[in-house]
Amino acid sequence: MSIPILKLYNYLLISIQTEIDDKTAIQFQEDLLDKIHKTGATGVVIDLTSVDIIDSFIAKVLGDVITMSDLMGAKVVLTGIQPAVAMTLIDLGIHLQNVATALDLEQGLIKLYQELRV
Amino acid sequence: MTPQSCVKIREEWDIVSARQLGREMAKKLRFSTVDQARITTAVSELARNIYLYAEEGQICFEVLETADHKGLSVSATDTGPGITDISQVMQDGFTTSGGLGAGLPGVKRLMDEFDIQSEVGQGTQINTVKWIR
Repeated sequence: MSIPILKLYNYLLISIQTEIDDKTAIQFQEDLLDKIHKTGATGVVIDLTSVDIIDSFIAKVLGDVITMSDLMGAKVVLTGIQPAVAMTLIDLGIHLQNVATALDLEQGLIKLYQELRV
Repeated sequence: MTPQSCVKIREEWDIVSARQLGREMAKKLRFSTVDQARITTAVSELARNIYLYAEEGQICFEVLETADHKGLSVSATDTGPGITDISQVMQDGFTTSGGLGAGLPGVKRLMDEFDIQSEVGQGTQINTVKWIR
Protein backbone atom coordinates (compact mmCIF):
# COMPACT_ATOMS: atom_id res chain seq x y z
CA MET A 1 0.00 0.00 0.00
CA SER A 2 1.38 3.41 -0.85
CA ILE A 3 0.24 6.88 0.18
CA PRO A 4 -0.67 9.15 -2.75
CA ILE A 5 1.31 12.39 -3.11
CA LEU A 6 -0.38 15.16 -5.10
CA LYS A 7 1.39 18.08 -6.75
CA LEU A 8 -0.20 21.53 -6.64
CA TYR A 9 1.94 24.32 -8.16
CA ASN A 10 5.10 24.36 -6.03
CA TYR A 11 3.58 22.28 -3.29
CA LEU A 12 3.06 18.63 -2.55
CA LEU A 13 -0.09 17.58 -0.72
CA ILE A 14 -0.47 14.36 1.21
CA SER A 15 -3.51 13.23 3.10
CA ILE A 16 -2.93 10.07 5.09
CA GLN A 17 -6.19 8.13 4.99
CA THR A 18 -5.18 4.60 5.85
CA GLU A 19 -3.96 2.83 8.95
CA ILE A 20 -0.19 3.25 8.69
CA ASP A 21 1.97 0.20 9.23
CA ASP A 22 5.74 0.43 9.49
CA LYS A 23 6.41 -0.56 5.88
CA THR A 24 3.95 1.97 4.48
CA ALA A 25 5.58 4.67 6.63
CA ILE A 26 9.10 3.89 5.37
CA GLN A 27 7.84 3.64 1.79
CA PHE A 28 6.17 7.03 2.16
CA GLN A 29 9.44 8.53 3.38
CA GLU A 30 11.22 7.38 0.22
CA ASP A 31 8.35 8.34 -2.11
CA LEU A 32 8.13 11.86 -0.71
CA LEU A 33 11.87 12.58 -1.01
CA ASP A 34 11.81 11.17 -4.52
CA LYS A 35 8.86 13.38 -5.47
CA ILE A 36 10.51 16.49 -3.98
CA HIS A 37 13.58 15.71 -6.06
CA LYS A 38 11.59 15.15 -9.25
CA THR A 39 9.22 18.12 -8.97
CA GLY A 40 11.45 20.65 -7.21
CA ALA A 41 8.60 21.34 -4.79
CA THR A 42 9.42 23.90 -2.11
CA GLY A 43 6.58 23.18 0.27
CA VAL A 44 4.83 20.06 1.57
CA VAL A 45 1.64 19.67 3.57
CA ILE A 46 1.04 16.36 5.32
CA ASP A 47 -2.55 16.22 6.51
CA LEU A 48 -3.21 13.88 9.45
CA THR A 49 -6.93 14.56 9.93
CA SER A 50 -7.84 10.89 9.41
CA VAL A 51 -5.00 9.49 11.50
CA ASP A 52 -6.24 8.32 14.87
CA ILE A 53 -2.99 7.01 16.30
CA ILE A 54 0.65 8.04 16.06
CA ASP A 55 3.00 5.80 18.00
CA SER A 56 6.70 6.39 18.62
CA PHE A 57 7.74 4.68 15.38
CA ILE A 58 5.41 6.68 13.14
CA ALA A 59 6.42 9.84 15.02
CA LYS A 60 10.08 9.09 14.34
CA VAL A 61 9.42 8.47 10.64
CA LEU A 62 7.45 11.72 10.36
CA GLY A 63 10.09 13.70 12.26
CA ASP A 64 12.84 12.22 10.09
CA VAL A 65 11.06 12.90 6.80
CA ILE A 66 10.56 16.53 7.84
CA THR A 67 14.30 16.90 8.54
CA MET A 68 15.20 15.11 5.30
CA SER A 69 12.87 17.31 3.24
CA ASP A 70 14.35 20.35 4.92
CA LEU A 71 17.83 19.22 3.87
CA MET A 72 16.55 19.05 0.31
CA GLY A 73 15.09 22.53 0.53
CA ALA A 74 11.41 21.78 1.03
CA LYS A 75 9.46 22.99 4.03
CA VAL A 76 6.94 20.59 5.58
CA VAL A 77 3.83 21.54 7.54
CA LEU A 78 1.81 18.95 9.47
CA THR A 79 -1.90 19.67 9.62
CA GLY A 80 -5.04 18.30 11.23
CA ILE A 81 -3.51 16.47 14.21
CA GLN A 82 -6.49 15.25 16.28
CA PRO A 83 -6.79 16.26 19.94
CA ALA A 84 -6.48 12.64 21.11
CA VAL A 85 -3.34 12.16 19.01
CA ALA A 86 -1.76 15.36 20.38
CA MET A 87 -2.44 14.23 23.96
CA THR A 88 -1.09 10.73 23.33
CA LEU A 89 2.10 12.08 21.75
CA ILE A 90 2.83 14.18 24.85
CA ASP A 91 2.16 11.13 27.10
CA LEU A 92 4.72 9.27 25.02
CA GLY A 93 7.19 12.09 25.62
CA ILE A 94 7.27 13.08 21.94
CA HIS A 95 7.19 16.83 21.44
CA LEU A 96 7.92 17.19 17.70
CA GLN A 97 9.67 20.48 18.39
CA ASN A 98 10.68 22.68 15.48
CA VAL A 99 7.94 21.10 13.38
CA ALA A 100 5.60 23.51 11.62
CA THR A 101 1.95 22.67 12.20
CA ALA A 102 -1.42 24.12 11.30
CA LEU A 103 -5.02 23.42 12.19
CA ASP A 104 -6.09 22.21 8.76
CA LEU A 105 -5.00 21.93 5.12
CA GLU A 106 -6.13 25.47 4.31
CA GLN A 107 -4.15 26.99 7.21
CA GLY A 108 -1.19 24.81 6.28
CA LEU A 109 -1.15 26.16 2.73
CA ILE A 110 -1.43 29.73 4.02
CA LYS A 111 1.51 29.09 6.34
CA LEU A 112 3.65 27.74 3.50
CA TYR A 113 2.65 30.58 1.20
CA GLN A 114 3.61 33.18 3.80
CA GLU A 115 6.94 31.56 4.59
CA LEU A 116 8.02 30.77 1.05
CA ARG A 117 6.93 34.01 -0.62
CA VAL A 118 10.11 35.86 0.23
CA MET B 1 -14.88 -12.97 33.99
CA THR B 2 -14.61 -12.75 30.24
CA PRO B 3 -12.24 -14.87 28.24
CA GLN B 4 -8.98 -13.42 26.96
CA SER B 5 -8.54 -12.43 23.34
CA CYS B 6 -5.00 -12.66 22.08
CA VAL B 7 -3.08 -11.63 18.98
CA LYS B 8 0.11 -13.45 18.12
CA ILE B 9 2.98 -11.15 17.10
CA ARG B 10 5.23 -12.70 14.48
CA GLU B 11 5.41 -10.24 11.64
CA GLU B 12 5.17 -6.54 11.22
CA TRP B 13 1.54 -6.51 10.11
CA ASP B 14 0.55 -8.22 13.40
CA ILE B 15 1.33 -4.91 15.13
CA VAL B 16 -1.55 -3.38 13.16
CA SER B 17 -3.87 -6.32 13.96
CA ALA B 18 -3.08 -6.00 17.68
CA ARG B 19 -3.80 -2.31 17.77
CA GLN B 20 -7.00 -2.73 15.79
CA LEU B 21 -8.26 -5.29 18.30
CA GLY B 22 -7.16 -2.98 21.13
CA ARG B 23 -9.11 -0.08 19.69
CA GLU B 24 -12.16 -2.25 19.05
CA MET B 25 -12.21 -3.47 22.66
CA ALA B 26 -11.62 0.03 24.07
CA LYS B 27 -14.48 1.33 21.94
CA LYS B 28 -16.80 -1.47 23.04
CA LEU B 29 -16.04 -0.67 26.69
CA ARG B 30 -16.90 2.96 25.98
CA PHE B 31 -13.57 4.48 26.89
CA SER B 32 -13.29 8.18 25.99
CA THR B 33 -11.80 9.00 22.57
CA VAL B 34 -8.54 10.07 24.19
CA ASP B 35 -8.29 6.91 26.28
CA GLN B 36 -9.04 4.82 23.17
CA ALA B 37 -6.07 6.49 21.50
CA ARG B 38 -3.93 5.95 24.62
CA ILE B 39 -4.77 2.23 24.75
CA THR B 40 -4.27 1.76 21.01
CA THR B 41 -0.90 3.54 21.15
CA ALA B 42 0.22 1.49 24.17
CA VAL B 43 -0.72 -1.73 22.34
CA SER B 44 1.25 -0.58 19.31
CA GLU B 45 4.36 0.12 21.42
CA LEU B 46 4.11 -3.24 23.23
CA ALA B 47 3.56 -5.17 20.00
CA ARG B 48 6.45 -3.41 18.28
CA ASN B 49 8.78 -4.28 21.18
CA ILE B 50 7.89 -7.94 20.75
CA TYR B 51 8.45 -7.76 17.00
CA LEU B 52 11.77 -5.89 17.32
CA TYR B 53 13.37 -7.63 20.26
CA ALA B 54 11.74 -10.99 20.83
CA GLU B 55 10.52 -11.91 17.33
CA GLU B 56 7.61 -13.86 18.73
CA GLY B 57 5.07 -13.33 21.45
CA GLN B 58 1.51 -12.27 22.03
CA ILE B 59 -0.67 -9.43 23.17
CA CYS B 60 -3.73 -10.39 25.22
CA PHE B 61 -6.75 -8.35 26.21
CA GLU B 62 -9.13 -9.00 29.06
CA VAL B 63 -12.10 -7.04 30.35
CA LEU B 64 -11.79 -6.44 34.09
CA GLU B 65 -14.79 -5.88 36.32
CA THR B 66 -14.68 -5.13 40.01
CA ALA B 67 -17.54 -3.93 42.23
CA ASP B 68 -17.18 -0.33 41.13
CA HIS B 69 -14.59 -0.37 38.39
CA LYS B 70 -14.42 -1.53 34.84
CA GLY B 71 -11.25 -1.65 32.82
CA LEU B 72 -9.17 -3.29 30.15
CA SER B 73 -6.08 -5.32 30.83
CA VAL B 74 -3.44 -5.45 28.12
CA SER B 75 -0.60 -7.88 28.56
CA ALA B 76 2.43 -8.60 26.41
CA THR B 77 4.25 -11.89 26.73
CA ASP B 78 7.28 -13.09 24.83
CA THR B 79 9.92 -15.77 25.05
CA GLY B 80 12.65 -13.50 23.76
CA PRO B 81 16.09 -12.69 25.18
CA GLY B 82 14.71 -10.90 28.25
CA ILE B 83 15.88 -7.57 29.63
CA THR B 84 19.09 -7.35 31.68
CA ASP B 85 18.49 -3.95 33.23
CA ILE B 86 14.81 -3.03 33.60
CA SER B 87 15.52 0.42 35.10
CA GLN B 88 17.47 1.24 31.95
CA VAL B 89 14.63 0.40 29.54
CA MET B 90 12.24 2.45 31.67
CA GLN B 91 14.31 5.60 31.07
CA ASP B 92 13.05 8.07 28.51
CA GLY B 93 15.25 8.09 25.46
CA PHE B 94 16.98 4.75 26.04
CA THR B 95 17.00 2.63 22.88
CA THR B 96 19.04 -0.12 21.31
CA SER B 97 17.15 -0.08 18.02
CA GLY B 98 17.65 3.51 16.88
CA GLY B 99 14.09 4.43 17.84
CA LEU B 100 13.02 7.31 20.03
CA GLY B 101 13.27 5.32 23.26
CA ALA B 102 9.75 6.43 24.11
CA GLY B 103 8.18 2.94 24.14
CA LEU B 104 8.07 1.48 27.63
CA PRO B 105 8.17 4.68 29.71
CA GLY B 106 5.50 5.95 27.30
CA VAL B 107 3.29 2.89 27.84
CA LYS B 108 3.61 3.40 31.61
CA ARG B 109 2.32 6.97 31.25
CA LEU B 110 -0.45 5.99 28.82
CA MET B 111 -1.88 3.26 31.07
CA ASP B 112 -3.01 3.36 34.73
CA GLU B 113 -1.19 0.28 35.95
CA PHE B 114 2.08 -1.11 34.66
CA ASP B 115 4.09 -4.09 35.76
CA ILE B 116 7.10 -5.64 34.05
CA GLN B 117 8.88 -8.88 34.74
CA SER B 118 11.73 -10.21 32.74
CA GLU B 119 14.23 -12.99 32.99
CA VAL B 120 17.31 -13.11 30.79
CA GLY B 121 17.06 -16.02 28.37
CA GLN B 122 13.43 -16.71 29.37
CA GLY B 123 11.41 -13.77 28.16
CA THR B 124 9.44 -10.76 29.26
CA GLN B 125 5.93 -10.30 30.64
CA ILE B 126 4.33 -6.86 30.82
CA ASN B 127 0.91 -6.36 32.40
CA THR B 128 -0.96 -3.09 32.06
CA VAL B 129 -4.46 -1.91 32.92
CA LYS B 130 -6.53 1.10 31.95
CA TRP B 131 -9.59 1.84 34.08
CA ILE B 132 -12.68 3.59 32.78
CA ARG B 133 -13.05 6.96 34.45
